[in-house]
Amino acid sequence: MITIKELKKSFDGFEVLKGVNLTIPENKVTFIMGQSGTGKSVLLKHIVGLLKPDSGEIWFENKDITKLSEKELQKIRRKIGFLFQEGALFDSMTVKENVMFPLKEHFKMSKAEMEKVAEELLSVVDLLPAKDKYPSELSGGMKKRAALARTLALKPQIVLFDEPTTGLDPILQVSILELIKNLKEKYNLTCVIVSHDLSLAFKFADYIAFLHGGIIIEIGTPEEIKTSTNEFIKRFIESALL
Amino acid sequence: MNPFFLLGRGFLKILSDCGGIFLFFLKSLIYSLSPPYRIRLLIKHMEFIGVKSWLVVILTSLFSGMVTAYQVNIALAKVGSQSILGGVVALTLTRELGPVLTAVVVIARAGSAISAELGSMRITEQIDALKIMAVNPIQYLMSPRLWAAIFVLPLLTAIADLVGIAGGYFIGTFLLHIDPGLLTARMIDMVELKDIMSGIIKSIFFGAYLVTVCGYKGFYASGGAEGVGKATTEAVVISTVGILVSDYILTTLFF
Repeated sequence: MITIKELKKSFDGFEVLKGVNLTIPENKVTFIMGQSGTGKSVLLKHIVGLLKPDSGEIWFENKDITKLSEKELQKIRRKIGFLFQEGALFDSMTVKENVMFPLKEHFKMSKAEMEKVAEELLSVVDLLPAKDKYPSELSGGMKKRAALARTLALKPQIVLFDEPTTGLDPILQVSILELIKNLKEKYNLTCVIVSHDLSLAFKFADYIAFLHGGIIIEIGTPEEIKTSTNEFIKRFIESALL
Repeated sequence: MNPFFLLGRGFLKILSDCGGIFLFFLKSLIYSLSPPYRIRLLIKHMEFIGVKSWLVVILTSLFSGMVTAYQVNIALAKVGSQSILGGVVALTLTRELGPVLTAVVVIARAGSAISAELGSMRITEQIDALKIMAVNPIQYLMSPRLWAAIFVLPLLTAIADLVGIAGGYFIGTFLLHIDPGLLTARMIDMVELKDIMSGIIKSIFFGAYLVTVCGYKGFYASGGAEGVGKATTEAVVISTVGILVSDYILTTLFF
């Protein structure tokens, strides 16, 4: 479980996060929703220590992530995976080499063992035929699946997804989220997904948290969110259903 | 805008860059002392910085040696001292031209590529991805490059010295018709081990300096493709000017 308390962050005097309080439940899919530019990705990057807050706390396994040194953060990061919006695959490596990279760095395995694990992970995300391709030869959806396989190589407990469906067609959007849901069941993952696609959130989320004006204005199950009385959420739902 | 404000802001930016570059160098050096030791990456970068630069270094130093011999001969002829041409060319190359030209060639060929590659990795979040996978990005990306440059620049400089001197010898004997024995004897008389070593030591410093500056500019690039272009230009300009300035300082320290 991750608990965020009074998290604040400003960029050049502009306060993006104004005191975020949020508890992310274990083994569930939590969507963080909100308008573009409200700081959803910023919030996600704080959870893995890519950004340091101005104030506030993020608790994981009885440790406040915001107070950890870079060396201590490295231990946490092996447990929390992060899927970047564009995948962030190493463009000088093939898909298989990308997936083997974290194995090479953190496990004492022979090359054959690493290749076997990488190929298993690539078949899980249905990308084995593209194992020898370079990232520049992949489509947007394939890049995200390859990045997901790489993220899973470290066997994380939690995976954070930064807009995993942005830029994909509706069929691919659903297939990516179905894949995430299946992987969550298979590996017993806690998933946090940043998105602004409400219909997908209603379909795949266990919980939905709304970030608006720099704070979490509401968190609940999709059913609770549908019946929310909050004016902004009502407007957001109406706009999404137009 | 107030000119004093602009001047102050520019000065602070230079100070901040200098501090940032020095810290970046220290981190690259210190992280390289702890495992994992990335020997394979070290060899890969030595090949990129060194092996792939040798031809350009040879061409540059050959023609520099030839033109130096030609020009120096004109000056020496005015005072009737053409006999020392070989020594003067060899001294110029081993002390100054060899290390400086090699460093400038490496900046143009490898330094700019390092800056552009790291800048591109930064804007496509590949450096953050390394962090996320619990890999220290400075240790992975910079430490092997730093040692590769430190190892390779002296070797390239030695090649530049040799080829440049050979170019001077060629012009002296075949074009200016100076006795080859006299040319060689003056070289041996005038050039001491200290002269060669000063150039080699300079090249070690230049290697560490140019790779740190180019790496720093790329590593902290921002602002998309335009930002990468800007970072690469800044890296080349700052490292080239820095090489010339530090060459003067090192020369005054050595001699």
